[in-house]
Amino acid sequence: MIAPTIAIVDYGAGNLNSVKKAFDYLGADVVLTTQPETVAAADKIVLPGVGHFSALGALDNTGLRDAVLQGARAGKPFLGICLGMQWLFEGSDEAPEFAGAGIFAGRCRPFPSSVKSPHVGWNSLAVREGSRLLRNVAPESFVYYTHSFQAPVVAATTAATEYGTQFSAVVEQENIFGVQFHPEKSWTVGLLMLKNFCEV
Amino acid sequence: MLTKRIIACLDVDDGRVVKGVQFVNLRDAGDPAECAAAHARDGADEIVLLDITATSDKRRMMIDVVSRTARCLFIPFTVGGGIRELADAEAVFEAGADKIAINSAAVKDSALIGKIAARFGSQAVVVAIDAKRRNRGFEVFVAGGRIPTGRDAILWAREATACGAGEIMLTSMDRDGTKAGFDCELTQLVADAVSIPVIASGGAGSARDFIEVFQSGRADAALAASIFHFGLENIGQLKLELRAANVPVRWPC
Repeated sequence: MIAPTIAIVDYGAGNLNSVKKAFDYLGADVVLTTQPETVAAADKIVLPGVGHFSALGALDNTGLRDAVLQGARAGKPFLGICLGMQWLFEGSDEAPEFAGAGIFAGRCRPFPSSVKSPHVGWNSLAVREGSRLLRNVAPESFVYYTHSFQAPVVAATTAATEYGTQFSAVVEQENIFGVQFHPEKSWTVGLLMLKNFCEV
Repeated sequence: MLTKRIIACLDVDDGRVVKGVQFVNLRDAGDPAECAAAHARDGADEIVLLDITATSDKRRMMIDVVSRTARCLFIPFTVGGGIRELADAEAVFEAGADKIAINSAAVKDSALIGKIAARFGSQAVVVAIDAKRRNRGFEVFVAGGRIPTGRDAILWAREATACGAGEIMLTSMDRDGTKAGFDCELTQLVADAVSIPVIASGGAGSARDFIEVFQSGRADAALAASIFHFGLENIGQLKLELRAANVPVRWPC
């Protein structure tokens, strides 16, 4: 049996190697790619990213945006990590000139001024029942965050985290998954989520 | 709830961990990759690897150490020591670091902070500050604590933040290696002066020291190298004591 191929979309943002390393560790057949054709040929798509929302603008200029959206619409399992998750919403106040995919309603906003920003460190999840990505994940597990903007809680939110406000930690709807934290840096809990994605 | 982080620091010279951390069940207690993995298993929230020789001829070996350490380490991993320009940082990120720590080079040219942040994001740039008590305030030292700069540590922390730093790693030179506790006054002054997380370093000697630096020092994270020399069995036991004092920590870990 040929293992399904996972394409990690490389649009020049942040450190994608750590995401690849985690999938490699799990024995997944995974490629880093800048090519829309490779994304189109893959069975699953991962959109990572850390840094500034404007980095996502690179998707628009390279044909990657269409390749990712077509794959997602065709029902391929899609996982957005950090910025890649924020991209699933309509946009972000961090870079209003760039449009998100608009799969989920609402915009990403900064944290309230009552808390330090960025939100850096291990915070707990409040997990809703029925999440496929969080199968076998303990309900109050800790995951590693580093971000300055946060996505609202929506109907597709399957786990929320509290930091000055409640925000979406995990969203999922059919074949579309997004996580605001870094599963590749969240120890065994994060690896379990990536394994669950491999098995979706 | 956002938890306080316990960061294990590996001081590496010539590719070997030099400050004594005696793990059981390790084939080689001086190997950075094995030490990092053991700390992660024991509950460390993050690993910092500091190259304390950092001479240019040893750079290649250091990159190899970073790459071996990062390969199976699935918690945040910071690398510092000898990063002088963007290309140095790129090589370390390429080898698998999640963040880099810069100290002397940032004092010399604060624009370096912004340059690295623009390429890799602010979250990936930790500015390390070595500070020593003076008659008035705290002075910044560079070159591994050898050269005084005449600069005020609190003002420099503010400037580094404005330049795009994602975190401040603040070492009290007065307390470093003394096991007399963190400098809570220094930590609190910096933590209140900047909007980004502050990692307290220097002086850890007991679980009580960690409790104090989190409560009165307002640190977001605390770092120690010889973390097993406290009469504590491991980081898990330290976290149990923090929990008992109502300091939020990642648990179980």
